[in-house]
Order: sequence, then C-alpha cells, then structure tokens
Amino acid sequence: MKKKLAEEYWKKNIKYLIILLSIWFTVSFGFGIILVEELNQFKIGGFKLGFWFAQQGSIYVFVALILVYILLMNRLDKKFNSKRSS
Amino acid sequence: MSLQLWIWLMVGVTFTLYIGIAIWSKAGSTKEFYVAGSGVSPIANGMATAADWMSAASFISMAGLISFMGYDGSVYLMGWTGGYVLLALLLAPYLRKFGKFTVPDFIGDRYYSDTARVVAVFCALIISFTYVAGQMRGVGLVFSRYLEVDINTGVIIGMAIVLFYAVLGGMKGITYTQVAQYCVLIFAFMVPAIFISIQMTGNPIPQIGFGSQGTDGMYLLDKLDSLSRELGFHEYTSGSKSKLDVFFITAALMVGTAGLPHVIVRFFTVKKVSDARKSAGWALLFIAILYTTAPAIAVFARINLIETVSEKRYDELPGWFDNWEKTGLLTFDDKNKDGLVQYVADPQLNELSIDRDIMVMANPEIAELPNWVIALLAAGALAAALSTAAGLLLVISASVSHDLIKKIIKPDVSEKGELIAARVSAFFAVLLAGYFGINPPGFVAATVALAFGLAAASFFPAIVMGIFYKRMNKEGAVSGMIVGLFLMLFYMTKFKFGWFGGGTNDEWWFGVSPEGFGTFAMLANFIVSITVCQFTAPPPKEIQELVENIRIPSIE
Repeated sequence: MKKKLAEEYWKKNIKYLIILLSIWFTVSFGFGIILVEELNQFKIGGFKLGFWFAQQGSIYVFVALILVYILLMNRLDKKFNSKRSS
Repeated sequence: MSLQLWIWLMVGVTFTLYIGIAIWSKAGSTKEFYVAGSGVSPIANGMATAADWMSAASFISMAGLISFMGYDGSVYLMGWTGGYVLLALLLAPYLRKFGKFTVPDFIGDRYYSDTARVVAVFCALIISFTYVAGQMRGVGLVFSRYLEVDINTGVIIGMAIVLFYAVLGGMKGITYTQVAQYCVLIFAFMVPAIFISIQMTGNPIPQIGFGSQGTDGMYLLDKLDSLSRELGFHEYTSGSKSKLDVFFITAALMVGTAGLPHVIVRFFTVKKVSDARKSAGWALLFIAILYTTAPAIAVFARINLIETVSEKRYDELPGWFDNWEKTGLLTFDDKNKDGLVQYVADPQLNELSIDRDIMVMANPEIAELPNWVIALLAAGALAAALSTAAGLLLVISASVSHDLIKKIIKPDVSEKGELIAARVSAFFAVLLAGYFGINPPGFVAATVALAFGLAAASFFPAIVMGIFYKRMNKEGAVSGMIVGLFLMLFYMTKFKFGWFGGGTNDEWWFGVSPEGFGTFAMLANFIVSITVCQFTAPPPKEIQELVENIRIPSIE
C-alpha cells in the first residue's frame, strides 16, 4: 500500500516535470533561438518579439515555472501525507 | 564629498558589516561549517545563492559583453538563468532529501564506489579553481581602478577578508555574509540603471525602458539597430553566430549552471525538501532582477557611448573619456589625423578600442550621476566577487577535508579533527586562489567556459541519472563521467590552447564552439553511461531503496 502510494506520487511528479520542462524548452530554445526570426516580425512596444523572448520573456517564464512547481508539489505533498496517515 | 572619500567610506562600511556577520555566525561543528547546520530559511538561502552565483563577471562584464554582442548575448541571459529551472525541478529537492554535505558525497554513496567519489572530487576541484582565480583577479581589479592601489595589494586585501570569514564561519558565516552582499550588489546594480533609464526614456523601470522611445521619440532598439548599421556593425537585435552554436552554448550554460558544485551545495543548507524548492525559486527571482536589467544597461550604455564619441572632436570629449583612457581600457588612435573619433566596425578605419568591462563601470560617469552612485558600484562589484570566491573556497575545502580525508584517507578522524582539517584546507585554498589572482594563468578567460562545460559533462548526467534512473550502476556512471570529462578537456585544449594539433574555427565538430561543446560532451556522457550500464550488474538492493527513498520528499 505504502509502496503503491509512493509510485503514484512519483508518477505525478514526472508528469509535472514533463509539462513544465516542455514549456521551459519552448520559451527559451523555441521562441528565443529556433523561431527567433519568425517572431521578430511581430513587435511589442519597441521590442521585436523573438529578441524580447531571448533577453527578457524567457527569464520571466523561468521564474513562473519554478513558482508553479512549488505550488503543485506542495499540494501533492499534502495529499500524499494525508493519504499515508489515513 | 570627493569620489575617493565616498568609495573608501562605502567599501569600509560594507567590509565592516561582513566581518561583523562572520564573528556573529562562527561555525562550531562540521555540520555548521559545511552546510550551515541545515537551518537556513528559504529566502535567506535564495539571496545567498544569488550572491554566490552572480560573480564579478555577472556584475561587471556581462552587460558590457551583451552591449557588443547584441542578440548573441542572449546565450548568457538564458543560459545562466534557465539552469535554475533544471536545479529546482531535477536536482535540488532530491539532493536535499539525500541530505549529506557535498556533491561527491552523493556521487560516492549513490554509486557505492570510492572511484566515483574520487572522480567527483577531481571534477569539483578543477571547476572551483578555474572559477575562483577569476574572482580574486576581479577583486584586485576593482581595488586598483577605484581605490588607486596596486592590483596585487587589492588581491591581498580581498584574500584577507575572505580568509577571515570563510575560515572562521564556514558555510554559516558565508551564508549570512552573502545575504548582506546580495543586498549591496543588487542595490548597486539597480540604482544607476534606474537613473539612466529615467534620463533616456522617462521610465524608471529599465526592463521596460529599453523597449521604449527615447527623448527624440524613436524606439531605443530601432535607433541602436540603425546606428549599428551605419557604423558597419551587425544589427543589434539580430545575431552573427550560427543558430546551432547559440543553441549549444545556451544548453551548455544551463546544464553547467545546474551542475556547478558551489550552487548545488547551497541547497543542502535548508531545513527540508520543500524549502529546497522554495529557495531555488527565490534564488532565480533574485538573480532575474539583475539578469533582466543587464540587457537594458547594455542598450543604454551602447547608445550613450556612440552618441557621445562618434565623429566628435577628440579634444572636446568629456572628462570620463580621459579618466578611462588613463587606465588603458579605452584607447584612441587618430589614424586619419582629422581630430575626430571614428568608431566603426572596420578595423582599418576604427580609431577607438573599448574594453567591454567599462560599459558598466563607466556608465554612471557617462550618464553624469553623482559620486555616491559610483562609490556604490565599487562596493557592489566587490560584494559580487567576494561572495562567489567564498562559496567556491568552501567547496574546495569541503572536497579536501570531507570527501578526501574523512571519507577515503582517514575515516576515523574525529569531528574536531575534521573541522580543523576543513579550516586548514580553506586557508590553503585562499592562498592558492590569491596566488592565481596575482599571477593569473593566461587561460583564465578560456577556462570559465571550461568550468561550465566540465560541470555539464560530468556532474549533471551522473546526478540526474542517479535520481531518475534506478538501474544506473557504478560502472555506467563512472565511465560516463570519465568520457564526458576527458572529451571536454580534449576539445577545449585542442581549440583553445592548440594542443593535439590545434585547429581553426572551421574545424569545429559540427560547427560547435568550445563554449557550446559541454552540451555535446554531456550527451556523450549519457550515451556511454546508459550503454555500459546495460552490460553490467544492476546496483545492489540497498542502493535501489536509497533511490526510492530520495524520490519521496515528504517523508522526512
């Protein structure tokens, strides 16, 4: 029982990691490098969009990703702990 | 008040603060010495990590580097922040759960092998020494430029300070001085940036300012693009490096960041697993403040520079030009004897050579900010260099006293004996770092890239597979680390120092520069590890249980 719970916990964690790391890859390597010329055709204020992602946007998203992970895992920890003690 | 007086005052006050903190937080046990007793709050650890991470290079050189590289400078911005996502998601919580003192501790225990431990110690020492030499040099440079003392005297003053609080306080002392140093350095970095942003765009937030319109109604970036084109440089917002190389360098810096031992070890200092995640979040937030401001400073400084000097009469240039000319960081050679400064891309016609470091350091003078801002910048640069140096010295001392002496050479050493060994090795590490600061090996600049490449090629795969791949055994991990390490060393020495027959940029493998090769060597590590592991015995049962245990953070 305990082992099964631990496995569930781990699977859920891996799922979060895959989703969050895909976003991590998309904003930096995707928008900031691979697609930079395509995105540079659009502008927000004085920034070309691809350039903005490479020098600003990706960093903001990185901070947000860690924040989301903290929240998700705190919730998962709580659920896991209450199941384990019940 | 004169500039010199301001600088002595700011540096004096901040140094007194650091020493005071060191005395207050003296380490009494090995646990306090190595990991600050694992009782640091997530916010404090976030600040300490940020100060630890942001070195003299981040503070002084990075904005200047971006200033001349434009879009290509993005590799540093994304590379040195994106690694924290990997740290927070893939490493920090599990290593905290494992709960020992050092990175070689984890590698040695997880791969049940002293060979693995020794390889890890070797990597940790190479990475930390290459890094720390540059920091000591940075301390010396700041002293010599701002306080008009000899570089060597500057290095010795820096050594004395670090010696005092690293040897006395260990990780505990370092952590709390780093918190103070973060506050000093971020304040020092932001104040001039905000002033200049207001001057140039009317917007006090530099991150928005550099995408806004200047006083003439033109967007700053459009203006810089057109100025760059006129002078023959590549357009600022588009790059000149190949896309593949930008990709590889960014990846190597990200993965290298996540694999640097002095960063990883910071996550051993918090109370519990959830705190490790939280402090990674705080750390990146604190780092992001500087890293999102740096590209703004880069743009402001470049425009200011071009507008102040380009096609202007040399004898009518402002005073700062003269000041920095004296340091040799700015040189003017009137090739066509017209008395005007030609600053252009063509090396035949260009008359001005600019050291990239002055873009940050001369910035307040160029923008005519008051003296106290310049003094603050000096104190900030020192804080950045000292905090990183201290963190690295601690990794070196723990590698020697804990991983080598306690775990391999003399396991029966007493707690007290180990603490003395830790202090003695910290002492010698400071002396050695100081020596390299005074007699810098010519390859320092090249080896910073090497440090990231090595961390990416050796530690990162071994740790990640240690957590996420239960089947990984010692044969796989050790052979992977060795292949990654030596492949990286080979490529770097071949193309940077001309060993093994040397080679030109055209001969780079797949067009990947030595800076980006860490990614390649990391992939080689993964492939070798996984292949070797298929043909050798799986790890013993207790190791598999260890892995299962570190995966579940909530059972403390």
